[in-house]
Amino acid sequence: MADIDLTTIWAGIIGFAVFAYVVMDGFDLGIGILFPTFSVGEERDQSMNSIAPVWDGNETWLVLGGGGLFAAFPLAYAIILPATYPLIIAMLLGLVFRGVAFEFRWRDPRHRAFWDVAFSLGSVLAAFTQGMTLGAILQGVHVENDAYAGGWLDWLSPFSLLTGAAVVVGYALLGATWLIWKTEGSTQQRARRLALPLGVATLLVLGAVSAATPFLTYDYWRRWFAMPGVLLTAQVPLLVAICAVTFFWSLKRGAERLPFMTALGLFFLGFVGLGISIYPYVVPRAVTIWDAAAPPQSQLFMLVGAAVIIPIILAYTGWAYWVFRGKVGTHGYH
Amino acid sequence: MFENLDAVILARAQFAFTVSFHFIFPAFSIGTASYLMVLEGLWLKTGNGVYANLYRYWIKIFAIAFGMGVVSGVVMSYQFGTNWSVFSTKAGPVIGPLMAYEVLTAFFLEAGFLGVMLFGMNKVGKRLHFFATCMVALGTLISATWIISVNSWMQTPAGYAINEKGQFVPAGSWLPIIFNPSFPYRLVHTVIGAYLTTAMVVGAVGAWHLLRDRANPGARKMFSMAMWMAALLTPIQIFVGDAHGLNTLEHQPAKVLAMEGHYEPSPNGASLILFGLPSNETAEVHYKIEVPHLGSLILKHDPNAPLPGLSDFPRDQWPPVPIVFWSFRIMVGLGFAMLGLGLWSLLARWRGALYDWSWLHRASIALGPSGFVAVLAGWVTTEVGRQPFTVYGLLRTSESHSPLDAAAVATSLIAFIVVYFSAFGAGTYYMLRMMAKPPQAGEPEPPKIPQRAAGITPAAAVATSTERKA
Ligand code: HDD
Ligand code: HEM
Ligand code: HEM
Repeated sequence: MADIDLTTIWAGIIGFAVFAYVVMDGFDLGIGILFPTFSVGEERDQSMNSIAPVWDGNETWLVLGGGGLFAAFPLAYAIILPATYPLIIAMLLGLVFRGVAFEFRWRDPRHRAFWDVAFSLGSVLAAFTQGMTLGAILQGVHVENDAYAGGWLDWLSPFSLLTGAAVVVGYALLGATWLIWKTEGSTQQRARRLALPLGVATLLVLGAVSAATPFLTYDYWRRWFAMPGVLLTAQVPLLVAICAVTFFWSLKRGAERLPFMTALGLFFLGFVGLGISIYPYVVPRAVTIWDAAAPPQSQLFMLVGAAVIIPIILAYTGWAYWVFRGKVGTHGYH
Repeated sequence: MFENLDAVILARAQFAFTVSFHFIFPAFSIGTASYLMVLEGLWLKTGNGVYANLYRYWIKIFAIAFGMGVVSGVVMSYQFGTNWSVFSTKAGPVIGPLMAYEVLTAFFLEAGFLGVMLFGMNKVGKRLHFFATCMVALGTLISATWIISVNSWMQTPAGYAINEKGQFVPAGSWLPIIFNPSFPYRLVHTVIGAYLTTAMVVGAVGAWHLLRDRANPGARKMFSMAMWMAALLTPIQIFVGDAHGLNTLEHQPAKVLAMEGHYEPSPNGASLILFGLPSNETAEVHYKIEVPHLGSLILKHDPNAPLPGLSDFPRDQWPPVPIVFWSFRIMVGLGFAMLGLGLWSLLARWRGALYDWSWLHRASIALGPSGFVAVLAGWVTTEVGRQPFTVYGLLRTSESHSPLDAAAVATSLIAFIVVYFSAFGAGTYYMLRMMAKPPQAGEPEPPKIPQRAAGITPAAAVATSTERKA
């Protein structure tokens, strides 16, 4: 019993890390995705500067998600990564290009155009492959004897392409709403104009993925539509609707912070929906969190650290965001 | 079957390539973060503007190296799963938590304070900014501690049990796992190696500018600081390296025998082979130049002490001797070259000619990249010498890999090579270009220093780009 609780707690912690990653790196990947739509010069500089001090911290949640999976659920780590091999490698390479562009574009004005393209393509690639990885996991991977037993392109399907596109659109929405909050002038206006169609598109892809997921297997279907669970699961679409209405209303009213907050709300609900579909599996229909769990000694040892350190991390991360609060403005932070 | 073998070799090449590239950046940024901390601390203490100028000079270079360290590091954290899934399943319960602690205690700390360190000079007070610099430097050291603990556990596993699924699990306490037998030696040796790497780079940059302008105060200060590091740390590094070797002889004798090139046992005391061409096929070292009894003197502190040979070990437990033999010599050779430089600088200092002896400066420039070569050679010795195991003596490399497909591994390896050489090549070029500019004197004095430098900070960069448009 004791280890069952530990395992569930760890599933929660990793879920939290992945969610933190998705929203934090989500908005800065989103800025990369939207980058080509901003004009060269002030608009691009401003949007880049709005994330320059924080992108490294944001990306660290990805390392915690991956590292945490390795430590708490080694079997899941060892199945999922080979199953999505080309996607993971592509994502990492995308992140390399995007990450170095933060420094390089300032260092080398003559090749700034090149590094801007690298920044943008790297962001799109990372977002798209992350979404496809999600789709590949949801649609199920072929496991035999505790190891991945499928082919090299099993992950490629219309469904994973759909989830890939969904994540790109969703991240772009987060990026646009972040810029509404953090910038002013023409950058902000452009972000505002982008947010509306992106909001619509996000709801559409969210709807499409939600509609497709229950049809992947009977199991997902039952989770969502059988009584009495449906009484609970029905709340998710309801909350999505509330969030969506607030989002469009806040955009129309010219609010600066609320669009970002409601976009986060949409992501959170999408995440909860995924949780309902997947739990208690880590590799759907093949490996549960208990099958994949590291022994209790390992999970307990880490839990002690995580319980103490994660709050501290949140505190100083919050402080770092606070230091760079306010508008980026035309002349950097002021 | 053969296909499978190829895939494993490709996977090893991929790991070696990505981790070697990754390590280049931490080797420099561990040392540079501490150097920046010292510079800013000295500036706060003395108010001397030279330190502030140097801080601003090096932080721009540091930012690039650090960024490349981060992105190549993120790749590493997924390398275990993609190509080494069996290893991950089996060793995950032991080394996974250590790596999770690295993320929690080190990576977040570095990343959280890096933004303030690079961009926050005018946003927080001087002391708070210094605190941020200290946290970044501390983060790099904590990071090194955990990851070296992981690697050392793979070299000298301790404190584990094996469960019914064949996984390594902690046997009880975590202390013997973290503080496994080779960990203290490897940690100290690697961190000093990182400091020396930085010292060699800083020294070379200082020397380069001294050759052009002996009076440049920034160049003088950085050269002098770097030469103190070389003179003081190299002897310690050699001493620690020797202790490290003795410890390895105890726990991984086959590795030391490969480093020394001893195929045959030496019952009456071993020689020290200086150079030669070892060959695993014929199990001998061709064209060797050796000093009798010196090998036993170094390894056993007794010229006549007997030493085993590789032939005492099963043939399938030999590491690839030529690589280990040569990489070890490269590292040691460079270590003595650095020692020579350090001593030479002491002589120059004593004669009051530290900034005048241009041959000293030229030598320092020549040794600029030597730290990188030495640390990489050291890791090659360590890692190749551990072969054919991933967890020494317990899990073979040939049994650690994922269900691999040669085509997929080859494609991704090529992609890594292309991307790393272009992206990190560009970064290295930018760093060199910045180093080629002399540290500027006449920068505004404190309290405006350290202030935002062009490009690195949003303010200045945006300002220049607006000016250009206007
Ligand atoms: C600037 C860097 C540097 C320099 C000058 C030296 N080393 Fe080193 N050496 C390293 C940086 C390094 C390293 C990168 O830190 C390694 C790789 C892994 C490790 O444990 O330390 C290493 C490994 C390593 C090992 C392998 C231990 C093992 O894995 O079992 C030995 C025996 C030595 N060193 C010994 C020496 C000696 C006798 C030196 C005398 C000149 C020396 N090193 C100079
Ligand atoms: C501390 C973290 C490290 C861990 C856990 C680690 C682990 C591993 C593993 C699992 C392999 C694959 C097995 C194999 O092919 O031998 C490997 C190989 C290798 N690693 Fe490391 N390594 C670490 C650090 C480093 C560093 C910093 C370097 C160099 C800068 C390095 C250099 C190599 C090389 C050259 C190989 C290939 C050896 C061969 O194929 O014969 N390692 N290491
Ligand atoms: C296979 C082994 C390794 C893995 C999986 C790994 C993983 C990582 C990751 C994920 C990061 C980025 C952290 C961030 O997001 O901020 C990173 C950076 C870093 N790593 Fe590694 N690493 C390995 C080997 C090493 C070794 C051997 C050292 C030092 C002895 C080291 C020292 C550092 C440092 C100091 C940083 C901070 C960035 C920098 O200074 O360049 N790593 N590493």
